[in-house]
Amino acid sequence: MKVANALIGSPVERVEDPRFLRGRGCYVGDIDRVGQVHAVIVRSPVAHGLLRGIDGAAALQAPGVHAVITARDLGPAVPVIPLRLQPLPQLDLFRQPMLANEKIRYVGEPVAVIVADSPALAEDALELMELDIEALPTVTGRDAAQAGDSVLFEAHGSNIAIEWRAVRGDAAAAFATAYYTRRETFRVQRHAALFLEPRGFVAEWDEAAQKLTVWGAAKVAFANRTILAGAMKLSEQQIEMVEVDVGGGFGSRGEFYPEDFLIPFAARHLNRPVKWIEDRREHLLAANHAREIECDVEIAVTKEGRILALRGHSWADIGAYIRTNGSIAPRNTAQFMSGPYAIENIQLTTSSITTNKTPTGTYRGPGRFEGDFVRERLIDLAAKDLGIDRVEMRRRNLVSIGQMPYPLATMTPYESVTELDSGDNHALFERCLQEFGWAEKVKQQGKLVDGRYRGVSIACFIEGGAAGPSEDARIVLQTDGAYCVYVGSASVGQGIETIMAQIAGDALEVPLERIRVRHGSTSDVAAGFGSFHSRATVMGGSAIVLAAEKLKEKIRAAAASALGCAAAEVTLDSQIARALSGGEIPVAALADAPIEAAATFHNKKYTYAYGSVAAHVAVDPKTGHVAVLDIASTKDVGRMINPATLKGQSVGAIVQGLGGALLEHLVYDQDGQLLTGTLADYLLPTADDFPNIHATVLEREPSPNNPLGAKGAGEGEIIPIGGLIANAVAEALADFGVEPMELPLSPPRVWRMITAARKT
Amino acid sequence: MLVTVTVNDEAVTVDVAPRLSLADFLRDNLRLTGTHLGCEHGVCGACTVIVDGRAVRSCLMLAVQADGQSIVTVEGLSEDAGLTPLQAAFRKHHALQCGFCTPGMITTAHALLSEEPDAGADRVREVLSGNICRCTGYIPIVEAVLEARAAYLDKQGAP
Repeated sequence: MKVANALIGSPVERVEDPRFLRGRGCYVGDIDRVGQVHAVIVRSPVAHGLLRGIDGAAALQAPGVHAVITARDLGPAVPVIPLRLQPLPQLDLFRQPMLANEKIRYVGEPVAVIVADSPALAEDALELMELDIEALPTVTGRDAAQAGDSVLFEAHGSNIAIEWRAVRGDAAAAFATAYYTRRETFRVQRHAALFLEPRGFVAEWDEAAQKLTVWGAAKVAFANRTILAGAMKLSEQQIEMVEVDVGGGFGSRGEFYPEDFLIPFAARHLNRPVKWIEDRREHLLAANHAREIECDVEIAVTKEGRILALRGHSWADIGAYIRTNGSIAPRNTAQFMSGPYAIENIQLTTSSITTNKTPTGTYRGPGRFEGDFVRERLIDLAAKDLGIDRVEMRRRNLVSIGQMPYPLATMTPYESVTELDSGDNHALFERCLQEFGWAEKVKQQGKLVDGRYRGVSIACFIEGGAAGPSEDARIVLQTDGAYCVYVGSASVGQGIETIMAQIAGDALEVPLERIRVRHGSTSDVAAGFGSFHSRATVMGGSAIVLAAEKLKEKIRAAAASALGCAAAEVTLDSQIARALSGGEIPVAALADAPIEAAATFHNKKYTYAYGSVAAHVAVDPKTGHVAVLDIASTKDVGRMINPATLKGQSVGAIVQGLGGALLEHLVYDQDGQLLTGTLADYLLPTADDFPNIHATVLEREPSPNNPLGAKGAGEGEIIPIGGLIANAVAEALADFGVEPMELPLSPPRVWRMITAARKT
Repeated sequence: MLVTVTVNDEAVTVDVAPRLSLADFLRDNLRLTGTHLGCEHGVCGACTVIVDGRAVRSCLMLAVQADGQSIVTVEGLSEDAGLTPLQAAFRKHHALQCGFCTPGMITTAHALLSEEPDAGADRVREVLSGNICRCTGYIPIVEAVLEARAAYLDKQGAP
């Protein structure tokens, strides 16, 4: 049976599923080591202050307690967490120490670690800790941050950490002569990835071998090993990071946090295995927050509705420190605000401002969700002002297939030039209108049906993927005839064991059952760059394709020697090696010893998936509740590996986006206390919220930048959802003149907008 | 305190601390790690187990409260090999991604369909709305549970 090209593109059932469905997954919380003790993190209850002293004496005397570790125990210089991305020297000052030692900058900041026989005993001891903190005035928003009466980093003297600039063409000239301009201020609220499995680690120090093993790695195990080695003063070869099953990531999990150092440090300090599993309240205080930004942006448009320019300034609230990827969302908001539209002139700046709140990082579609909210709102506002149909206005501005590749604005500092690689935006847009049934649904616009006002909208997006620099794969033909595929990509729950097996199966021309995939851990391949920026499938998958080619060469060589012919005369067909002269041998019989090949796929160019999403909402004017009646999306990914898992990503992304548009909000009070510290306060989408979502994924324009032709597609449809829903609400409430400029569109906010409109 | 419970058809007697949660008892004392802890305050539903036929959040119940009762976990809803019709429907509909919420979804759905094998889509959504999934958007989970109804109608109470 010929199996080539049978797996890619097929909705094969996932190899991960049986163990998960039967309760036999192995997440970090399921790992236990002999002699293990348990850590809890002592966190600051104060948002801003000087740490005068920590008294852990009573805690140390508590039953079962082995250690109370403070900054003093970490050596003369407390290590800090470096930036994984955009490591600009001017950001060094804002890096977070592993434990606070002089200053406290947010509620939840780690100040000490307690290690005890059980988590309960460690938590008992935590109650006995005494922290002496001299409170300073808190900075919790843009106004206070800019006023500068209280600053987080005295050495910097200002709460504005850095400015990111996106420039293309000549925005000033375009605005000077534009027929129409409009300037508005938009706000996106602080919310978070909130993956379901809390973070955790088990770390074990082998004193005899001088070797550290850390279970619980995710996303970027190799980068974190480098950071950990530096902080622990070990070589990378002394550290093994083990990736077990991972309960969701969405950009936040797997970045280097203080606990990534503290738990291994405690393990070596005590010479015992140490386990730490985050609780949910702690997660809401400690894991990266995201999205909070205020954008003052102006659009310039011709009389005919052609967008000439975007310009403006945004203020991204990055919280108390700059985390490993803390520059991504602020810079992306500027560089990708133009999205899939041909906007020739851009002058957008984002200031990253520090506040006494949890530090921020990436969350699925970082900066893109925020920027799309601004742009899609401005397009609808401009269309309304100019009397142009908003569907037609989008048609007039989408980048056409003839304009590809299309360069985006150039970013500085940390200069970045990128271009949309391929695509037919107009085709995807028209398909979305058709899938959604726009012509019919738009007739209900603004109408009151069963006491609720109806509104429809459509928004377009791009999704960057395939971040470089490279990915490694290694394939071993084992003596039992099975192929073991090792790849540097990481799982964050998206099903990469299945995806990688499909790619390997096609490349090696063997059935899925013969392939075993191992990924993420540092011992499997020479280097790995992990799973972020929608890169795992494209980068890891392409590396597998290259490694498979090399392995087949080696197998042909082994067959040639067995069959007494030249390697060029050997063909491989369904795991039989045949010589032109007629002899044949099963491939499995060639592997007296394992045969292996490794390859690296290098990439400097991003892929851009793209598409459109349409929504139909009903707004209850009495309560302000926004019901989502129907959503339809289209996306072109160039080439699909597994349509089922891909569609799963699409629907999941849309629902996460609806959470951000309508529900999720991390609320702080003026003292920097988080008011939404439980899942009863931080509202997530549930099964009865959004029952009608239809995602269509297409393979139209393959990426020219990788051997698979695939485009990164795991973030996708979350990106336009904020703007999409705000536009639908504006249309529903057009009679009131309500124009949402701020998310989330929670019932109280919508109700207040309606009430205010009624008064005027 | 001595606690005697039946877990997945096996009677066990264990001496536990009064403050030990049922979830920690199952995970740490019995090593039944299919029961997951996502919030430990009764909202996410990942720790749902079946106690005397009812879906219960094991993070909100103490082990000592389970004395004399019968508990079924996701492991108890699984057969030695292969997948039950409910599990197979989840796989077929791609109703799981990271898998962390999945045991709670399976136990919740099993408790529902055992009582109401003809539950409609709205009822399924209502009951599952107590379980948080951050990956799938829920639609495939609802589809899977609706499909699994047939197996429960055929054989009342079968997993």
